[in-house]
Amino acid sequence: METYALLKLIWTGILGVLFIGLGTMVGMDMGVGTLLRFVGRNDGERRTALNIIGPHWDGNQVWFILGGGAIFAAFPTLYGTSFSVFYVVMILLLFSMILRPVAFEYRSKADSRHWRASWDVTFLISGFVPMFVYGAAFGNILEGVGYHFTWTGQYVQDESFLSYLINPFAILCGLMSVALSVQQGGAMLMLRSENPIYGRARAYGSLGGFVAAALFVIGGFWIAHVPGFVLTSLSDPAMPANPLHGQTAAIRPGAWLGNYYAHPVLWLLPVLGTVCMVGEALLLRANRPALGWWLGVGAWAGTITTVGAAMFPFLMPSTTAPDQSITVWNGTGSLYGLSCMLVVAVIFVPIILSYTSWCYHVMRGRVRVQDVMNDSHSY
Amino acid sequence: MDFINPQVVDLSRLQFALTALYHFMFVPLTLGLTFMLAAMETVYVVTGRKIYRDMAQFWGKLFGINFAIGVATGLTMEFEFGTNWSMYSHFFGDMFGTPLAIEGLMAFFMESTFVGLMFFGWDRLSKPGHLAITYLVALGSNLSALWILIANAGMNVPEGAHFDADTMRMQFDSFVHVVFSQDAQAKFVHTSVAGYVAASMFVMGISAFYLLRGQHRELAARSFRMAALFGIISSVAVITLGDVLGRMDYEKQPTKIAAIEGLWHTTKPPYEPWILAALPDDEKQVNHFEINIPYVLTPLITHSFNQPVIGMYELEEQAGPRIRSGIIALTALRRYGETHDKADLNLFNAHQDDMGFGFLATRHAPNQDVTNIPADQLDAVVKQTQPDILPNVFVTFWSFRFMVFLGGYFFAIFAVAALLSLKNRLEANPWLLKATMWSIPLPILATEFGWITAEAGRQPWTVFNKLPTFLSASGHSTGYMVFSLAGFALLYSVFIAAELYLMFRFARLGPEEHGTHHDETDALLSHFHGSHA
Ligand code: HDD
Ligand code: HEM
Ligand code: HEM
Repeated sequence: METYALLKLIWTGILGVLFIGLGTMVGMDMGVGTLLRFVGRNDGERRTALNIIGPHWDGNQVWFILGGGAIFAAFPTLYGTSFSVFYVVMILLLFSMILRPVAFEYRSKADSRHWRASWDVTFLISGFVPMFVYGAAFGNILEGVGYHFTWTGQYVQDESFLSYLINPFAILCGLMSVALSVQQGGAMLMLRSENPIYGRARAYGSLGGFVAAALFVIGGFWIAHVPGFVLTSLSDPAMPANPLHGQTAAIRPGAWLGNYYAHPVLWLLPVLGTVCMVGEALLLRANRPALGWWLGVGAWAGTITTVGAAMFPFLMPSTTAPDQSITVWNGTGSLYGLSCMLVVAVIFVPIILSYTSWCYHVMRGRVRVQDVMNDSHSY
Repeated sequence: MDFINPQVVDLSRLQFALTALYHFMFVPLTLGLTFMLAAMETVYVVTGRKIYRDMAQFWGKLFGINFAIGVATGLTMEFEFGTNWSMYSHFFGDMFGTPLAIEGLMAFFMESTFVGLMFFGWDRLSKPGHLAITYLVALGSNLSALWILIANAGMNVPEGAHFDADTMRMQFDSFVHVVFSQDAQAKFVHTSVAGYVAASMFVMGISAFYLLRGQHRELAARSFRMAALFGIISSVAVITLGDVLGRMDYEKQPTKIAAIEGLWHTTKPPYEPWILAALPDDEKQVNHFEINIPYVLTPLITHSFNQPVIGMYELEEQAGPRIRSGIIALTALRRYGETHDKADLNLFNAHQDDMGFGFLATRHAPNQDVTNIPADQLDAVVKQTQPDILPNVFVTFWSFRFMVFLGGYFFAIFAVAALLSLKNRLEANPWLLKATMWSIPLPILATEFGWITAEAGRQPWTVFNKLPTFLSASGHSTGYMVFSLAGFALLYSVFIAAELYLMFRFARLGPEEHGTHHDETDALLSHFHGSHA
């Protein structure tokens, strides 16, 4: 295979890894945010829950930032188009995301009950909304988005944002993503807390896992019936990345299962996802949060790869101009750009993973209510 | 070509400008304070004197309050290119995205991961271990500035990428060019030292407040001295590098430097005066009144006595042929896209340096289509397009002047402060303490003016001479833009209110001192600052 085509594939893989990392790490913190008011019944308990992820949330959030940065660098046209197509939804996501850093840093720095209660609501919003949008975006993309390009490469939107917000399949995907985050947040809280937080986290976390598994299965049956996309011709996988030429595509009912019928081994991916979700829920019930947490990674991996395998090679199909759908072959950066970024990623990702784990190691151990209340550095 | 909605473009510009200016109210403090924290902690680790640890922890708390909003507003920036500048992202993303992604990998991960340990790890790490973490945070924040400025320099001086007719975008072709671009390096140093100036003034000003009230004297006096010394070095560096930047604009962005200097006509060296103040009129293209300093301009800008600086009138004249050539380029490019005929490609290649100027004509072409201009209308279109190559002179001229005047003031105040502080004569000069206290916001203001100079001066381009701003924006409806602008305005106002409330509160509460003695036992203080030492 030509180098350029190979690089396109590698970067698609890296994109998948980023989505999994984002789901796991950011999802975990968002889950804690969503659960904050439910696992913590008083100020001390809530502060304890916050301080469990306190030293790590900012680092974890970089998965989200890097998700944006990597799409920008490796899939520039996808970055410009998808973020613009989903403008109102993306802005809602941003509004809820940007509240979070401030909420962490400011919540416990003043005494007033109203002050703290307002920030607690903020945590709920900034945990729930981003994860919901994250899942819903995948749902919308699976159904296809209305846009086309002019000859200069300027994209033009052909649909109203309401169809992205009020859309049953997208809502299902959004809720599933929230459920996964609640499960992962629950696992993290169990790892670092004591009763009563521990017990509540266990209940909500395992519930999240079961709900996620149920929604995942329903979504699978649903997707078999929505119209999917197929590539009907491709001039060359190593073609210049330009959505205006080089491929044709068609919309066909059930087409998203095409790759699965062609390569039955792919069925293992949704199975992996479902098993991990149920497995984690059971492990949390069995008081084995550490192993459960790792199955959570598997749950995200199963979900993202299931979607990826269904859509490949589409990244964002267009319902109004299927030939101009953004795919792995026409949506990437240049050969030079992809190579450069690959070198940088190969150098830095291992470094990042090692110091991140080291930080978790330094901050290991259970967080107790009285410690939090007595420590001037805590949130 | 589809209709460009100028209202949406203007609202997108407004939103970008406001969110970027807002982000940059917090960034300078982060850039500088992290290094000052590291310096304080170094003294603590080397000498073992607790007061320096108290200093690091106290200023660290104020840093945290600032940092949170820096992070929050930075998130907006990272996504705004995609949400609001989709054509720009498509056109320039292959090159521009790379530094942004590297920034994430190299800088944000480091800064954000270790900042948690910096706040929470005091009791879990050895002294040198914690010190190392603090340095990594400082390094991370400054590296993030490096990469974002490399990206920004690429917009101003797009080297290291070329336009590719098959993908219809700029393609990245030289990492070395992009990373070691002189423009990027100079911008980086100028901007980070501007951050050090801001942090120095912040620390100095709050210390002055304590000195005036006779509180926390030892901590305040030591912090003041450290900040004054850091500040005097930084303000010299900021001015030196500012001079380098001006020289670079002269070489690479003639329209920007002409607007900065309010220069309507090409100079006749060596007599040309530097305009200290004037009222530039963008419509009539004249300066209404001028206060001049004779002979200064030529050596200041060109670092020589005989090179001319091209005026805006002449730049506009020179643009005429480029606009024509650009229109030919785009017409050939469009045909090439439809037919893939080599002849069209060759024609395009012959004119491709002027392509951006062809884009610029879009606004004035019939039906906004530069590829189908009737021959009898071409002259009129070119004529109408010519003035568009100039930025808003009034804004560029004055924001530059404000930055420079403030730069001079900082140099003076740091010099006096350093002198008096070294002579231990601070408290005998309360006027100086008061002046530093009131000067806390000024460096932030200066950096904002600096950005307005740089970004407004780059207009009408997002990618200089390649892609006009009005073509870069996403094709949203006005309603979308009103929605997002209103939301940002609301949220950002809440943020600044919460930030100022906490800043003033914690600055008033002052540090908890273990190194010397507790001179204040505030009920609130003991509530929030439990014992640990
Ligand atoms: C404390 C803040 C501060 C101070 C005192 C100065 N600057 Fe500055 N300046 C900035 C903060 C700044 C900045 C915000 O950091 C900018 C915006 C873009 C950039 O790279 O740095 C900037 C940009 C900027 C530019 C535009 C660069 C471009 O084209 O992108 C020029 C020509 C100068 N500066 C020159 C000066 C000179 C001659 C100064 C002499 C006193 C000066 N600056 C003081
Ligand atoms: C954080 C510091 C920055 C500030 C305060 C700032 C300020 C501004 C301002 C005032 C404008 C409006 C100019 C005008 O429309 O006349 C603008 C536009 C813009 N800037 Fe910046 N800028 C900053 C950094 C950057 C960086 C680092 C980049 C790129 C990496 C960038 C990219 C842009 C873009 C794409 C626009 C929109 C197009 C335009 O109106 O020029 N800015 N910025
Ligand atoms: C306009 C383009 C810009 C983008 C896309 C951007 C992006 C971001 C993002 C995503 C963050 C949050 C990082 C975290 O979670 O820790 C951030 C913070 C930061 N940014 Fe920006 N930024 C821009 C402009 C700038 C400029 C011009 C500088 C410096 C010269 C800068 C320096 C920083 C620093 C030092 C931080 C750390 C947090 C803080 O300052 O409080 N940024 N930025």
